Amino acid sequence: MLVLDNVHTYYGKSHILHGVSIEVRAGEVVGLLGRNGVGKSTTLKTVMGLVRPAEGHVTFEGREIGGMASHHVAHLGIAWVPEDRRIFKLLSVMENLRTGLDRAGVTDAKKKDLLDKVYASFPVLAERRGQAGGTLSGGEQQMLAIARAMMLEPKIILLDEPTEGLMPRMVSQIHEIIDVLHRDGVAILLVEQNVPLTLEASDRVYIMEKGVVRHHAPAADLRANHAVIHQYLGV
Amino acid sequence: MGLPLEQILIQTINGLVNGMILALVASGLTLIFGIMDVVNFAHGELVMLGAFTGATTIAITGNFWLALVAATLVIAMFGAILQISTLRPLIGRDPLTTILATFGISLVLQKYALWQWGPSARKLQEPITGQFSLFYLQYPWYRIATAVLSAAIIGALYLFLKYGKYGIWIRAAIQDRVMAQAMGIPVPLLHTAVFAIGAGMAAASGVLFGPLAGVTQTIGADFTIRAFIVVVVGGMGNLGGSILASIFISLLEAYASLIVSPAQAVIVSFVALILTLLFRPTGLFVPTPK
Amino acid sequence: MPRSAATYWIGFCVILALLAVAPLVLPEFWQRFVTEILIWGLLAMSSDILIGYTGMISFGHSAFFGLGMYGAATALLAVRPANLWLALLCGLAAAAVVAMFVAYFATRLREIYFSITTLVFSQIFYVIIFTWTEVTGGENGLTFSRPALAIPGLFSVPFTTETLHWFVLAVVTISYLVLRRVTQSPFGMVLQAIRENEPRARAIGYSVERYKMVAVMLSGLFAGLAGILYAIQNKFAAPDFVFFLISGEVVIFNVMGGMGTLVGPVAGAAFFLLLREGLSRYFTEYYLIPVGIIFTAMVIFMPQGLLGFARRRLNQ
Repeated sequence: MLVLDNVHTYYGKSHILHGVSIEVRAGEVVGLLGRNGVGKSTTLKTVMGLVRPAEGHVTFEGREIGGMASHHVAHLGIAWVPEDRRIFKLLSVMENLRTGLDRAGVTDAKKKDLLDKVYASFPVLAERRGQAGGTLSGGEQQMLAIARAMMLEPKIILLDEPTEGLMPRMVSQIHEIIDVLHRDGVAILLVEQNVPLTLEASDRVYIMEKGVVRHHAPAADLRANHAVIHQYLGV
Repeated sequence: MGLPLEQILIQTINGLVNGMILALVASGLTLIFGIMDVVNFAHGELVMLGAFTGATTIAITGNFWLALVAATLVIAMFGAILQISTLRPLIGRDPLTTILATFGISLVLQKYALWQWGPSARKLQEPITGQFSLFYLQYPWYRIATAVLSAAIIGALYLFLKYGKYGIWIRAAIQDRVMAQAMGIPVPLLHTAVFAIGAGMAAASGVLFGPLAGVTQTIGADFTIRAFIVVVVGGMGNLGGSILASIFISLLEAYASLIVSPAQAVIVSFVALILTLLFRPTGLFVPTPK
Repeated sequence: MPRSAATYWIGFCVILALLAVAPLVLPEFWQRFVTEILIWGLLAMSSDILIGYTGMISFGHSAFFGLGMYGAATALLAVRPANLWLALLCGLAAAAVVAMFVAYFATRLREIYFSITTLVFSQIFYVIIFTWTEVTGGENGLTFSRPALAIPGLFSVPFTTETLHWFVLAVVTISYLVLRRVTQSPFGMVLQAIRENEPRARAIGYSVERYKMVAVMLSGLFAGLAGILYAIQNKFAAPDFVFFLISGEVVIFNVMGGMGTLVGPVAGAAFFLLLREGLSRYFTEYYLIPVGIIFTAMVIFMPQGLLGFARRRLNQ
């Protein structure tokens, strides 16, 4: 469904992605592991249209989206949950959700439906629905960021380090959410530093190093064979 | 104090009235800056064009209120066209480029107005004549009406931003343009819309200001500078701050003109700007960021 | 001497020669026109130090220019016979004071706030000059007679259109060479580093505020010098020249001619003045409409200006 083919991306003069090729099929959870600075976030940003690929192709459901403006990418069904969450701090929880909810072609009934679902999955957000986003704790903001993305009813969610800086209890909550999304048929491209979580939650895993994909295997294989993980991540 | 109380009171009301008109201009400017980082040097010219358009409409129809609506709509559309043609290509460039571009536009608009309407001042007829008694002095009703109307327009803007779907979009885009766009919000369209709204509000204040003083093509520069000062003192991108700052600065100027000539009273606003930039650069009415 | 430098100096001498010969061959109107181009060119050059080399857009150059003008005017009116050197001294002193003022307040502000503040400063001075009628002549300005080129006790030669032109040419040329030396010096390199990446320059350890302040002072002094020359040439000083629109025109010269090249702004001034001269035949006082459109279009499509392509060459 989502295919990156030999993508090269630059930030100014820095050559970040040196020919990245990744594929995510419908309904799959695909993990993207790698040390800091190898270009994992840049890969997501390239898909989202926040950076334009200098070379290579990004296709979604057969359609070329490299360099497409990000609001069009979102309309195609790709949602982005960035590394620093980027909650609209001065907007309330409800208003944050509405940025995804208020789309063309969504009936009021559907909106209510989506909201109810998300409040059921994240009860703490229901509690705090009138509060400003900036007053939420780190974990709550992460949940809001994911919930907000879910408002778009996406076909694939680009999750960038959702467990960074979170307590273990929250980490397992994130794991649960990923599983629920997986069950609902939403594909996920999961960028993470947390290796165990990624191996548990993903179907397949790519490992990146210095802007290229170095290794690619089903998660089950990597769960069994830790040597590869050691080799690339030193973990 | 050697100054009579009535004079101080009159100046207070004058300050409030001028402040509300200025607030109408400044809110547009600060919104435009907040959402697209554009310092619109031509904003005062939009006020001026609004006033002239209003004058022409009154000359044709004889109706002030019609002129107010017409000028607002015409200049709003003009603003949208302007943004699409000259400011969109500049997105992503050095922000100082937009200052230069809007400066160039302000020159063109100023001279265009001179060409279209001539050098003599136009005076718009007050729609509401008559005065009421304030102590033993007479104060024109129209001025009060101006303040009330400006407040109403700003109030409408506030409600729109706070509650409407588009209001949420605009507020989100002001806070984080990239994320807003990634949520599917059509940010480039919002830019045009906000610019148009800002232009419309500027035009409205021009028409409202018309009866208070003559309209010439040079009033634009004056409004631009005042609006800039207000926006900086109020905190750039901060709507509430720019409204408070407009009133604050206009009151200061009104009081100052009791002591010095009105031409010199403007120095008060300049000093306010410099003090703000020195001590509270994020804005006088904005809580200092931690 | 490396080849590109040789080409540069040859070009420089050719242009200098052309400018020197100009008053001898041109009709009177154009003689004065060329002199004015030089004066505005000097003003634009001074502004380029800030805009082109340090990356600070100043809308306040009209203040420096105007104060230089008024400083010279005051000296020329106060002392009889009118003394050229006193005029220079007073004008530069006035410009220096203003520059110090602006430098102190404005340099700690970034970008947009700096630009707005400089604009506000020029308006402050405009209001003061406009309303302080006893000293500045208010709206009408000051008129005075042109001083002679004199060294007291040695000789005194009144200026003719030609000799004034050569005097101005000499001053502007020397100014250019001085400014060029400065921009190529280590100091100039730091300014450019600040323009490219201010936080990095700060991180390396440069006291950015101090460099900016010196840049503003330098810029202000040469702008004031231009004001003095203008006063001498035209024999009047008027508040219009302190109004921020003049600053705006200077910025136009810089952008049109090419920022960061020193000669670019001079070319920009020439281009603008020629455009104005030519267009006002057809458009009369509305010449600013087409000029404004051209300027805006250049900002959008040709931001490097007329000579921008030669920027590296001109800075060697």
